Amino acid sequence: MASNSGDGGLNPMHQFEISTIAEIKLGSIDASFTNASLWMVIVVASVCLLLLLSSSKLVPSRLQSVGELAYEFVANMMRDILGDSGRSFFPLVFTLFMFVLAANMWGMINIPGVLKPFTVTSHIIVTFAMAMFVFVLATVVGFVKHGVGYLKLFVPSGVPTVLLPLLVVIETISYFTRPISLSVRLFANMMAGHTMLKVFAGFVVSMGILGGWAPLAFMVAFTGLEFLVAFLQAYVFAVLTCIYLNDAINMHH
Amino acid sequence: MPQLDLATWPPQLIWLTITFGILYLVISKFALPKIGGTIESRQNRIASDLDEAQRLKDDSEKAIAAYEAALAEAKAKAHGIAQETRDTLKAEIEAERAALDAELNARLEKAEASIAATKAEALQSVEQVAADAAGAIVSQLIGGKTTAAAVKKAIADVK
Repeated sequence: MASNSGDGGLNPMHQFEISTIAEIKLGSIDASFTNASLWMVIVVASVCLLLLLSSSKLVPSRLQSVGELAYEFVANMMRDILGDSGRSFFPLVFTLFMFVLAANMWGMINIPGVLKPFTVTSHIIVTFAMAMFVFVLATVVGFVKHGVGYLKLFVPSGVPTVLLPLLVVIETISYFTRPISLSVRLFANMMAGHTMLKVFAGFVVSMGILGGWAPLAFMVAFTGLEFLVAFLQAYVFAVLTCIYLNDAINMHH
Repeated sequence: MPQLDLATWPPQLIWLTITFGILYLVISKFALPKIGGTIESRQNRIASDLDEAQRLKDDSEKAIAAYEAALAEAKAKAHGIAQETRDTLKAEIEAERAALDAELNARLEKAEASIAATKAEALQSVEQVAADAAGAIVSQLIGGKTTAAAVKKAIADVK
């Protein structure tokens, strides 16, 4: 566990440090409650509060609209990609979308002096665990639904026999790199954005009161872009989950 | 890079599993049924309102059709009544005229008969007067007595 939790100063990577809040041991396994755990709890609690505490009125209140917009957004996306065959995966995709979206958005919010901001999705192990879960789930669903026939996914149809071995190799590699690309995409976007902001914040300090305005202005604009990225990456994660599930269920190729 | 500190991985994985699991349970058991139910009930409400509007429109169209039918019927009835009245009046007038004609004809005939009778009577009187006058003239001229029968015979011969 990272123990150099002294003042990170201008080190742009310091914001990703994990610090233990309460030490918990499950046998020999470290299950400590860390700042990452705290933010996961905050993410889940905020999503639950948003979805459960909003009203259920005929004419929705603002908070209710947010939940309903998210619901219909994910539902429409799933209908477009999966058709009606993926209804049973709707709760999972919705949970993934809301978790990633809330984690990304909480990462953008900093209330100085209350809590040290932290982005749950800026850690490769978190995004990789989610991507691996999606990958294994899709693969299991594919084999349950199509049996050994699911392997046909690796054999594209209508291809000259000469090229077939090469394409099978390419398809196989692309299939097994899915969890890596899915997790690295989200993690790298989050980490790069936050690192960039921190680097420019360092410029603001080092360039002083005269020159510091330029990087500050850039930071303001870049923060707006980061909000877009925060939403977009949650959307991309959900879309790719749907596409992988669609491959498994419908075997479109 | 703190992300590659392997010691931080187990607690993150464990807490991700716990929090994500809780979020999945809450969303699948409570949040989605609630939101989905709200959206569905809203759609049902809109659909039923549209149905109701359609039903009311149909009703009003039916009412308009019934009103127009009643109007047409009333018009036809009024026309019938007018025609009937006209017909009865015409028949009455016709009958009255016929009765009047008959009466007038009867009176005419009566008058004609009376004129004929008066004429015959008058002629009768003229004959008598002529006979009397002729008898008187003859007796004055020839001084003898003439019988009424002879005079009548003579007049009849003259006639």
